[in-house]
Amino acid sequence: MARTRAPELTLLPSEEPLSLLREDGSPVEDSPLAMPDDDVLVELHRRMVIGRRFDTQATALTRQGRLAVYPSSRGQEACEVGAVLALREQDWLFPTYRDSVALVTRGVSPLGTLTLLQGGWHLGYDPYEHRVGPQCTPLATNTLHAVGFAHAARVKGEDTAALVMLGDGATSEGDTHEALNFAGVWRAPVVFLVQNNGYAISVPMSKQNAAPSLAHKGIGYGVPSVLVDGNDVAAVHAVVRDAVASGGPVLIEALTYRIEAHTNADDASRYRDSAEVAAWLARDPVDRIEAYLTSRGLLDTARREAVAAEAEEFAAHTRAVMNADVEPDPAELFEHVYATTPAHLREQAAALREELA
Amino acid sequence: MAGALNKALADALEADPGVLVFGEDVGALGGVFRVTDGLAARFGDARVFDTPLAESGIVGTAIGMAMNGLRPVVEMQFDAFAYPAFEQITSHLAKMRNRTRGRVGLPVVIRVPYGGGIGGVEHHCDSSEAYYTHTPGLRVVTPGTPDDAYRLLRDAIDCPDPVIFLEPKRRYWAKGEVTSSGSASPGPGFDRALVRRAGRDVTLIAYGPMVATALETAEAAAEEGWDVEVVDLRSLAPFDDETVCASVRRTGRAVVVHEASGFGGYGAEVVARVTERCFHHLHAPVLRVTGFDTPYPPPKLEEHHLPSVDRVLDAIARLQWDDEVVGSARA
Repeated sequence: MARTRAPELTLLPSEEPLSLLREDGSPVEDSPLAMPDDDVLVELHRRMVIGRRFDTQATALTRQGRLAVYPSSRGQEACEVGAVLALREQDWLFPTYRDSVALVTRGVSPLGTLTLLQGGWHLGYDPYEHRVGPQCTPLATNTLHAVGFAHAARVKGEDTAALVMLGDGATSEGDTHEALNFAGVWRAPVVFLVQNNGYAISVPMSKQNAAPSLAHKGIGYGVPSVLVDGNDVAAVHAVVRDAVASGGPVLIEALTYRIEAHTNADDASRYRDSAEVAAWLARDPVDRIEAYLTSRGLLDTARREAVAAEAEEFAAHTRAVMNADVEPDPAELFEHVYATTPAHLREQAAALREELA
Repeated sequence: MAGALNKALADALEADPGVLVFGEDVGALGGVFRVTDGLAARFGDARVFDTPLAESGIVGTAIGMAMNGLRPVVEMQFDAFAYPAFEQITSHLAKMRNRTRGRVGLPVVIRVPYGGGIGGVEHHCDSSEAYYTHTPGLRVVTPGTPDDAYRLLRDAIDCPDPVIFLEPKRRYWAKGEVTSSGSASPGPGFDRALVRRAGRDVTLIAYGPMVATALETAEAAAEEGWDVEVVDLRSLAPFDDETVCASVRRTGRAVVVHEASGFGGYGAEVVARVTERCFHHLHAPVLRVTGFDTPYPPPKLEEHHLPSVDRVLDAIARLQWDDEVVGSARA
């Protein structure tokens, strides 16, 4: 499909979410978005399959006691993968606790991704190596880090954009509004991707927001806004790609659904009914891209099996590294509080050493 | 002191192109206390600039800028105005180095004009040091003199860790020679306390706005025959046990003075540390002279709240209950 020019970004999001693929996988002919190239679509599919398998594996590891907790992003693969693969090498990702699939898509190792949830340490990777900030547990605080980071890039004359991920609940936090305002005033190259999965733990959208959409929240800050079908990986990829290319702030609301509970510790049946979950299962983002690729002759049985085998291998690797017992060094407690260890921490480190001797 | 801080900011901006100064009203106005006067004109509004009125936004974006290699110096305008930024300060600024196992350090300075004594209305006179000193990962410093204001601020900006820089606003207009120049100026060290006045009978432990009050008290006490030593903490966190305890071991008596409420306050930590380390040298309990355990009072009542020379003298008198021991301590 011929690539058309990216549409002009406007403050007012569309009434209906932008899409490139219908729920049955057939293409939307009159979409204002340009369809990603075939090789990109094939890669998006591959990473979604690997991401989903990784997510399932992480959930299983929780049941085995290897992870303290795991917030699944099953059903949100189009957002996780579509957005991350739209970033350029030099761009930065500021993820939340639910964005583990985004991390592995960015190249962070399974162990690095899961260290936080495993309890070995608060972070298992070097942010500078992958250009990925620490997964943020407080809601919306990472939006401001992304704005500051992007502004600094501009001050330094670097062509770097920051993509910050947040959920629907986080749009109610004050920091989201301060970040949108700062980004609007500074014209910072930052992309806010709101994954609206319907619930902030148990609180539904109807109790979270009175605006026509979460994307509408950009209007008051002068930040161009896009509403996109979050289960359409081609569309998510296209809007993030265009937002990064715009060089300014963009707010994207991706409409999606969290198939699993908030975390393994949550009982989702207390606040949503099974018919709703079933309806969203029928809009599966992986099935959709598979149907499209198959119809285009870009995915056959052999390719499908090869991708599935690769995903299995990734899951097996994840299991292997996570099944090793972790024994963090207690001495490290005192090493990273300040650049140099002050006297009172040296005393406490010595006391702990003695206690352990 | 405001002039010394201004000079420190100017010299730091000159020395390092990565240093940025921003906050509310710090640009054209030069800050409500004029600490940033003339800096925007001299260094341009890319390096010294006004932000939207949003404290969490100021600290949160400073964190992102520091992650990207800059050295932000931000202003909170007034002590209690910093509270919207509390989450960014405690959950992210203080912990980033630890969370990332040393990979991401945040050289951010947060300047907070703090304390009372200027007739300010409510929310303009808090002493919020205990909130910050209770947070591992933050350095908390406060100057007592103009000269130290310059030196401490240069050191704070050079520091690879986040620093809460508490400026005693009632001392902004204090006069004093600034002898320091450059960050490498000879000094006690960034995290060291200083003996401001030597004495043998009692140690007054003070910081920020109370250093001047303690020195005044020492002069008054001298007329009553008490030889008072004054220790200026300078760095509240980390705490310089060595200098403080050496002084208390010499004098055997100590009073901690601060403006903030006493209950759960910073002075309690100082008393605990001194007691734990110097118990066998003490001739009397370590006392505190602090603000009352009430919200900061309205301007017409603040003189009753703030530790006065008389109140500190009373505390010194209460320590002198055993003349015989005082005599032996002097011997």
